This record gives sequence, C-alpha cells and structure tokens, in this order.
Amino acid sequence: MRGARGWRRLAVHLLLILAGLSMVMPFLWMVSTSLRSTLEITREPHRFLPEVLIGARDAAAGGAGGLPGVFANYIEAWQRAPFGRYFFNTIVIALACLAGVIVTSALAAYAFARLRFPGREALFLLFLSMMMVPEPVYLVPSFILIARLGWLDTYAALIVPWTVNVFSIFLLRQHFKTIPQDLFDAATIDGASRFAVLWRIMMPLSKAVLVTISLFTIIGTWNSFLWPLVMTHSPEMRPLQIGLAAFSQEEGAEYGLMMAATTLSVLPLLVLYFFAQRQIIASLASSGLKE
Amino acid sequence: MPSLESSASPELARRLRRRRRRDAAGALLYVLPALAIVLCFRFVPIIAAFAFSFFEIKMGALIGFVGLGHYARLLQDPTFWQSVGTTIWFSIGTVPIAIFASLFFALLLNRKLKALGLYRTIYFMPVVTGMVAVAVIWKWILEPELGVLNFLLGKLHLGQPGWLGESRGVFQLLVDPEGRWLPRWAGGPSLALVSLALVNTWKGLGYNIVIFLAGLQNIPQQQYEAARIDGAGSWQLFRHVTWPILSPTTFYVFIMSTIVSFQTFSLVYLMTSPPGGPEDSTKVLVYYLFDKGFTPPASLGRASAVALVLFLIILGLTLVQRRLAERRVHY
Repeated sequence: MRGARGWRRLAVHLLLILAGLSMVMPFLWMVSTSLRSTLEITREPHRFLPEVLIGARDAAAGGAGGLPGVFANYIEAWQRAPFGRYFFNTIVIALACLAGVIVTSALAAYAFARLRFPGREALFLLFLSMMMVPEPVYLVPSFILIARLGWLDTYAALIVPWTVNVFSIFLLRQHFKTIPQDLFDAATIDGASRFAVLWRIMMPLSKAVLVTISLFTIIGTWNSFLWPLVMTHSPEMRPLQIGLAAFSQEEGAEYGLMMAATTLSVLPLLVLYFFAQRQIIASLASSGLKE
Repeated sequence: MPSLESSASPELARRLRRRRRRDAAGALLYVLPALAIVLCFRFVPIIAAFAFSFFEIKMGALIGFVGLGHYARLLQDPTFWQSVGTTIWFSIGTVPIAIFASLFFALLLNRKLKALGLYRTIYFMPVVTGMVAVAVIWKWILEPELGVLNFLLGKLHLGQPGWLGESRGVFQLLVDPEGRWLPRWAGGPSLALVSLALVNTWKGLGYNIVIFLAGLQNIPQQQYEAARIDGAGSWQLFRHVTWPILSPTTFYVFIMSTIVSFQTFSLVYLMTSPPGGPEDSTKVLVYYLFDKGFTPPASLGRASAVALVLFLIILGLTLVQRRLAERRVHY
C-alpha cells in the first residue's frame, strides 16, 4: 500500500519536473548561447556548456580571457545598439505610468467608493465598459490622435494615455468600500479634510492593493509592445521591447549577441519576480494581464 | 436625508442643498484626472474607430461618407477571410491544449506537495517574461539548421521540420508531405502557425495553472470525503466532483484564452519572416488590421472595419462569459 503510494508520488514529481524543465530550459539555453562566440556557435551549435566556462576558449579561439571574455557578447550588444537608452526609456515610462496610475486611481476610486455626486454609478459603468475594449480596436484612431497632438515619438505618447488603468480604479474602489465608516466619521470630527482622509487613512490601509496595482502596472508597461511599436520610430525613443525587436531584425543571425541582449532585457523583471514571486503571481492572476 | 430637509427651516434646507452641490462639485474634481484621460484616450478613439469604418479617410481627415462600403469590400476580400480562418486555427491550436495541459498540471500540483511553491514559481516564469524575449528565444530554438530542437529530433531519428519557415499544412505534412493527392484546403494550418500556437501555449501555461489551482483549492474537502465514502475511485472523483465543480473556472479559462488568442499579433510580427509568412500562412486578424492601418498603402477605413469586427467577436465572447458566470455553470 505504502509502496504503491510512493511510486505514484514519484511519478507525479517526475511529470512535474519534466514540465518544469520545459519551462526553464529555454531560459538556460538563452544564457548558455549568450556566453558563446559566433565562431563557437557555428562550429558546435548544440553544445550546452559554453567553452568560456569550461576553460577551453583561450586555446581554441584566442579570445579575451577573464570576465570581459565571458561577457564579450553582452559588451558588444551594448555597443552595437543603444541598449542603455532603451533601458532608460523603459524605466522612465514605467515609473511615470506607475505614478500616474496610483494618483488617478486613488482619487477616482475614493470618489466612486465614498463621495456622493450625481451620475456616479453611470460614470463608473462607463469606466468599466472601457475595460472590455481590446487595444487593437482603438489603435488606429489613437495613432491619428497622437499624431494630431504632435506626440508621435515622444514620451508623452507612451506615458499619458497609460496613466489611467480602469482595473486599478475598480480594485481600489472595492477595497475602499470595505474600510469601516467609523474611521471616516472619527477623522471628519477631528477636522480632517476629505483629501486628508484619503491620504492619511485610506492609502496607508490599502498597501496590499497598491502593491498589486504597482506590480501589474510595472510588468505591463515593461512588456508592452503594440502601442510603442506604433507610436515610436526613432531609436532614441524606443522602449526596451521595441529596441530588442529592432535588434533582432538587424542582428538576428548573430545568435550569441541576440541572446545576450535578450538576457539583459528579461533580467530585471526576473530578478524582481524571484524576490516578490508570491505577490507578482497574485497580482497578474487577478489582473488577467496575459498579452 | 429627506426627513431632515422637510422638517428643518427653509434657510437650513437651502444651506444643505448648497453644501451638497459644493460637495458634488468637489467629488467630481477627484474623478476628473481619470475621466479626462479615459475620455481622451479611450472613449474618443473607440467612438472614432466606429465612425472611421463608415468614412473615406485621407491624411487623418474624413473626406466622404461611404456607408457600409468598407464592410462590403472587407467581406469580398479573400485575404480577410483567410486571416479569419488563420485566427480560428490559431485559437484551435492554443485554447484546448492550454486548458487540458494546465488543468492536468494543476491537478498534479493540488496535493499538498512540499515543493508546490517552487514548481509554481518555475511554471510562471514565462508569464512574467515579455513576448519579444519569448519570441527571440524560441526563434533560436526552432531554427531549422542550428536550432537545438531539430538537433534533438535528429538524435532520436525523427524528422527535422522547418518549423517557422514551413508553409505546408500540418495535416499535409502528416499524410502527404509531397502534396500529391491531398487537396490544398485539407492541408490544415501551416506548421509555422502551429509553431506560433505552441510557443503561445508555453508562455501562458503557468498563468492558467495558477487560475486552475485557485479553482481547485476552493473545492470543499467534504465533497471528496463524501464521494470517497461512497466508494469512488480517483477517476470517478475527478469526473463527478472536481470537473463539475470546476466548470466555471474551466469556462473562464476557455473564454479568456479565446479572447487573447483572437488578439494575437506580436508573436506573428516577431517570429515569422516576412511577417505573416511563409506564404501569408500566419496572417491573423490583428495582423491584417495592422497591415491595413499602418503599411502603405494604408486604408484606415478598412482597418477600422476590421477593428469593429474584432470588437464584436470579443464583445460576444465576453457577454457569453458574463451570462454563464451569472447562471453559474456547475452541475
């Protein structure tokens, strides 16, 4: 009896490990390729361990040894395309969108949850209905609008339209509604203004929701593709994703370089992911964000 | 509070009303930033997409009403119908596999494993990774000559297909690779399209697993105990307890994956060369929209008509999901 259960458990783990390998191997293969020279890749494309790690490169290829040798592809990729600029753009855009989303969501959610004004429910429904329209549907008119505003190829085009996220408003509103009325009454009697109630009481009580919102906003902005593809054309304004896509069109055949650039592009989010994986999984699962 | 108003003096009532009006104005101020952005960058473009589909547009200006002209020409365009077909094949290639594979692994994970967190972390990695990186990595793995997948297949003495470069249909490759007798329409989706579908499934698997796990963990243990007392085996437990109770989750995953698969664009754009190829076999609906909207000679009217068709499809799916979710699908 116990033996049968043990075998079953083993089979389950084997299947799970197999699936896990199929998830991890592409990433490991990416890192491995990124550490190999073009010569090495064409000579032996399927070797897993890079020569530079097992100490065979210096004799064979005469490449530079030491740390610069290991990261040769990274250094070269960084020099061939303005990856520094791409990173800078993405970080600026992500942080600006995050700040915008937090401010607009907090204010709107507060009004929708706690303040009275005519047309409140209708307005909230209008917001929610916007959530159901997928991006490709309004892409063409948005492009014309952004062009008319003279915003093509500027940060404004990549930031301003994304400083509101209806789902964040929805999440915060739901949370604000759960905060007991007594807290407000007490604060109001103490003479706190409405804004002070929001800022001093509601926001500190909503840290978990704010973390959820921040995570899916940052990840969503970091990975967004279609919008910046359409709205930018000069290399200086490209966010990282578009820069990487352009790099792959230009240097696609140099796999070592490509994989080095790709590793760089996924590293920040993966690091963030390993530190906050529980929150990130919960955040993305709740948002339905899934390209 | 109408009672207070009616019983108080007219002076007090007026003051209350004035105060409420000022409060309402103040409250609107809180909604204003979000409202302004949503109106400008969502509402107006959505209405415009609707309007554009009835007009001739040159240089961003409406120059003539054409009624249903764009729709009529759209329906007569064989490439449009081809893109609809390609999109449906793409959905068929991703959605069922996505559901069954993720449900299968969620079931395996749902047994109080110590390493549950570790597995989940690993399965979710591709979800956090951007589509561009996923596309670039898989393009390298699927490379026909140097790619590692064909190398492994060669070791196993299996065929080494052209993956993303293969325009022949998968059914044709299976039964009649030379194309001697099988009619073209029966060839099925190109292997290139199926490769994209597989990469897409790989990327989304962890997400669906997490959704299924949440659904599984909501099933009350008593249900299982009761069934077990009645002598149910593990298949019967799954068939008569898990599957029926889980059906709202399954349905949610089904609709969401279908909606997402209908919007596929980046994988096609990034992984195929020329984009949409080989032989136009991966031109999905949003690619067609992108092509009409942004590749000269662009036809914004036609692109907007496609956008509306896409919107109606997705709206339909969403409403079905809402309706059935309200009725609660179980049992």
